Amino acid sequence: MTAKATGKQNSFLSGLLHNQLLIPIAALLLLTIFNLIADPSFFRISLGYNSDGNPVLSGYLISIIDYGSELAILAIGMTLVTAASGGQDISVGAGIAIAGSVLLRVLCGTESRPETLQAPVFVAFIVCCIVAMIFGAFNGALVAFFKIQPMVATLILFTAGRSIAAWINNNELPIVSEKSFTYFGGYLPGIPIPTPFFIALLCFVITWAVLKFTNLGLYVQAVGINEKTSRLNGLNPELIKFAVYILLGLCVAVCGLIKVSRLSTINYSVIAKDIEMDAILAVALGGNALSGGKFNMGASILGAYVIQFLTTTLYKFDVQSDALSAYKAVVVILLVVLSAPVFREKITGLFRRLRAGKAAA
Amino acid sequence: MKLKKMLGIILTAALCGGMLAACGDSSSTGTANTGDSSSAEKPASTGTDLIRVGIINNDPNESGYRTANVNDLKATFTEANGYEAQFSYSLKNEEQIQAAQKFIQDEVDYLLLSAADTAGWDSVLQDAKTAGVKVILFDRTIDASEDLYEASIVSDMAKEGQTAVDWLKAQNLSDYKIIHLQGVMGSAAQKGRSGALTDTAAAEGWEIVSEQTAEWNAEKAQQIVQTAIDSNKEFNVIYAENDDMAKGAVAALDKANISHGVGKDVIVMGFDCNKWALEELKAGNWNYDGQCNPFQSSYITEIIKKLEAGEKLDQKTIIMDEKGFDAATITQEDVDKYGI
Amino acid sequence: MQKDSVLELRGIYKSFPGVKALQNVDLTLRSGEIHALMGENGAGKSTLIKVLTGVYSKDAGDIYIKKGGKEEKVVFHSPQEAQRAGISTVYQEISLCPNLSVAENIYLGRSEGKFISWKKMNAQAGKLLKSLDIPVEPTQQLASCSIAVQQMVAIARSVDMDCSVLILDEPTSSLDESEVEKLFGLMRQLRDRGVGIIFVTHFLDQVYAVCDKITILRDSKLVGEYNASELPHVELVSKMLGKELDDMADIKNDAKKYQGDSATPVYQANQLCSTEGIAPFDFYIKKGEVNGFTGLLGSGRSESVRAIYGADKVTSGVVRVNGKPVDIKKPLDAMKNGIAYLSEDRKRDGIIGDLSVKDNIILALQVKTGFFKPFSKAKATKFAKKYIELLDIKTASVDTPIKSLSGGNQQKVILGRWLLTEPDYLILDEPTRGIDVGTKVDIQKLVLKLASEGMSVTFISSETDEMLRTCSRLLVMRDRKLVGELTGDDLNQATVMATIAGGGKE
Repeated sequence: MTAKATGKQNSFLSGLLHNQLLIPIAALLLLTIFNLIADPSFFRISLGYNSDGNPVLSGYLISIIDYGSELAILAIGMTLVTAASGGQDISVGAGIAIAGSVLLRVLCGTESRPETLQAPVFVAFIVCCIVAMIFGAFNGALVAFFKIQPMVATLILFTAGRSIAAWINNNELPIVSEKSFTYFGGYLPGIPIPTPFFIALLCFVITWAVLKFTNLGLYVQAVGINEKTSRLNGLNPELIKFAVYILLGLCVAVCGLIKVSRLSTINYSVIAKDIEMDAILAVALGGNALSGGKFNMGASILGAYVIQFLTTTLYKFDVQSDALSAYKAVVVILLVVLSAPVFREKITGLFRRLRAGKAAA
Repeated sequence: MKLKKMLGIILTAALCGGMLAACGDSSSTGTANTGDSSSAEKPASTGTDLIRVGIINNDPNESGYRTANVNDLKATFTEANGYEAQFSYSLKNEEQIQAAQKFIQDEVDYLLLSAADTAGWDSVLQDAKTAGVKVILFDRTIDASEDLYEASIVSDMAKEGQTAVDWLKAQNLSDYKIIHLQGVMGSAAQKGRSGALTDTAAAEGWEIVSEQTAEWNAEKAQQIVQTAIDSNKEFNVIYAENDDMAKGAVAALDKANISHGVGKDVIVMGFDCNKWALEELKAGNWNYDGQCNPFQSSYITEIIKKLEAGEKLDQKTIIMDEKGFDAATITQEDVDKYGI
Repeated sequence: MQKDSVLELRGIYKSFPGVKALQNVDLTLRSGEIHALMGENGAGKSTLIKVLTGVYSKDAGDIYIKKGGKEEKVVFHSPQEAQRAGISTVYQEISLCPNLSVAENIYLGRSEGKFISWKKMNAQAGKLLKSLDIPVEPTQQLASCSIAVQQMVAIARSVDMDCSVLILDEPTSSLDESEVEKLFGLMRQLRDRGVGIIFVTHFLDQVYAVCDKITILRDSKLVGEYNASELPHVELVSKMLGKELDDMADIKNDAKKYQGDSATPVYQANQLCSTEGIAPFDFYIKKGEVNGFTGLLGSGRSESVRAIYGADKVTSGVVRVNGKPVDIKKPLDAMKNGIAYLSEDRKRDGIIGDLSVKDNIILALQVKTGFFKPFSKAKATKFAKKYIELLDIKTASVDTPIKSLSGGNQQKVILGRWLLTEPDYLILDEPTRGIDVGTKVDIQKLVLKLASEGMSVTFISSETDEMLRTCSRLLVMRDRKLVGELTGDDLNQATVMATIAGGGKE
């Protein structure tokens, strides 16, 4: 009787410890509690009006879901790429610069500061998606067909991407004056919640549907874990790897739209700087193995918001500028260590020994 | 399968081609003559009175400032103006040194250098000296003996900062509550511009509400200011160390419906004098923009003229005039002339 | 501790999430003894070995070793610690570095600065290999050696280390008979030197050939320790299975084999050839027929079936399925034509280790069904449960990762995967390798049952016995060529051996 109960408890505990969502959720909780103690007003959300007279909600939480959107969207693509190819795409930041540049190029035509848009935003976005997917395909082709290490393959665009972005617009810095273009990175008239959040939400829903109604998840994991077996089971590992890089390209295009829309302009050298590292970190924080294989999409997305939560918290506490990255690094190391399977294994062992000790006593 | 592979190869080739084109167009690290000084009359140029200069600069894509700088140099050192110029762009010190060696071998008369890194230039500059090539540094200084170059034309970042802070002081606000958006920590511009503010704030008893690095990045600046607004901090000055960060800050202000600009609640200050920033200034949305002068060619040509005439230079280090623009007094002419 | 024992394990417990792998297990190893550790898959043999060598930490129990006459209670935290204490292990799955040379593999991680010169290391390795009669150059890259040679290199590595306890975990599963003999010679030699050897194997004959003592585990518990000479075959098997067993006899008496209908072959190939260096061959199989490829290791039997399945690049040949010419260029083509292939190397080509039992079972059918038609969770679970029950797969749940199952159960999962696709033609390449007697029998029976239901099966096994029991037609391979076809009365050990060895001599 007792033995049975212990067994149940044991499996519950280890089930919890083995759940990938545990770490990002725990990190969120920890950050929440920390902020709650330090300053309960952290969670206050207030309704105000922006300079255009639109109602907007503001508060830290709104900022987090707003600015975390791009990272969360990227995390989707990065998770798939990581799972299928066992490596990461480090060119997404440069990719966003290219996507944004293409978008502005189509919107502004040859003038850098047109009075009116030269093409509808929708058309520009489609072109931007196509270009971003072509660049994704380039990375994918190198990884899938030429078997180049993902980091090395994407190093090419990482290095050259921002120059390409500048070249697309002849080194000009176009500025869009059209108000409707700011909707994507700002607010839709009359809706007080930032649009990037809706875009991210839409991406999550689409991703969920794709994972639910196709075999993408199964195929990607199978290829990531054992390519040879996958082939013998009728899969085409090259094609699948190639495809996930194109999907990541699509995510990059969406991020490009949001980023460029936020400020209606672009700065090739700093736009989305270092975002690739944060995206990879989001995947790692979600407890996904960076060497590929099984993945948990929800955990990655949560991981992305954890990173944004952390960033906002650090800004809030006015951490000294020169020490900012150090603080971030410490927290990140802690989280990554906690989410490492080895560590969880150890904790499980510790619990068992404790219980054994108790039983003996 | 075969088709896919073919596709892959074609894609790769196309992209490589595209990249090469990109490089060729904008960020050539080679030393080809530019269009302006193209080689149509090259045979004639040797031995005539064209002055041969080799210009080593950073990548024009680095920033708007650099683009303006490069365009200025390209426009000045033309055959029409009596120069035969060669350009080399790189963000890497080693590549720059290689380019310098090549220019020395080509026996240019002047070597104009904006070094990527301060160290490592001694030996190559020594070579230049031996070969009789005169070296003029612009925009950035290096750690080398002063004997090795003729002149160094630089911006004084601390002075830029001081000009801005003096302007701010002259506004005579009843109290100063400042959000300070810093550039990448440790860069010369950040150190100079931060130093001036920090010193004056301490002396005058100004309150620095928030001091964060946004790493020259508009989005980060937007987030930082957003966070300050979210925590209900009171502030009436945004001191952003470049225009991009000022723009990001303004985006956050707009979102929270906080008025900014001439005669409004918050004073917005930026640096670098981007054309769009000066336009904001002229429209009264911002209050101040400090110049970081990229137009060094006039200083350089002046020095070259003096040296050609055999005159002696008064001083090695020449600090450029740098203006600060006030929204109240800026004119369209200023925007066109100084906007980069 | 007993007087002459070198190693004692007392009351060992170990559990994994959802599974109790060892419960109160004892083991005593004496010096100069070859001790068989027997049990079905999942009985706990591998776990016991891993606990002993410090790969896993035990939950409870004690380990004693005798070192220089002194007994000592030990706890190993890592295989290195166990090795330092004189316990060397050669695992079932080769755990060497395939991209290093043979010599490097032998001395890797224990040179302690001894070998500064490559030349010296290679010379020493050469000497060692020669003394053990292992046909390989020390400088050869390990990956380029056959699995058998790799296994022997692993043993050489252990032998070269000064060990008092040598553990051989399924060392013979990929060796052919002469190699096995060589290994046994080596084991006896080591025994005479006073080394205690723990020998884990599924081959009953081998146990009786070399072992002195037998310890049997069943369902993670100790059954007992016996003298090999006093324990008859049948009793050993029944103790392992926990029931009296006449199944072996059953199969033999089973109505003599399925020769299939004489109509059009389900599958027929003319002059089929792949890039893997086999000579072009003709092959057919009729509905309900069970045939097999036999031959020594490396004779090309696996390569032949891989060519049939399109797993290797097919370079020539005309293939007909049910009389219709088809193009089989890749595995998916074969699957769509109703062909299923259970591959030889389970770990490399069979399982998707981190995925659940359920996902591993549905994978092939799912791929065949299509990208846009995923099975619902309920349907997938139903499929998985069906085959878990049908094949008696021992797993904690359908969501357990397949890698945590024992070898035999993994094999059954993969078998289930292919049965789920309801193939017309099933190719089984070494389905019984490295699994326990009970499962072996199960699989053979299953093959015959499937054939009786009209499925065509090609069966490959290193154990000629198994093939003779199941196949109605044997295709004999030698040196990557198809050299003979045996049917009817020719299906006996002697003829098969003679054909494999070279029929001309008769």
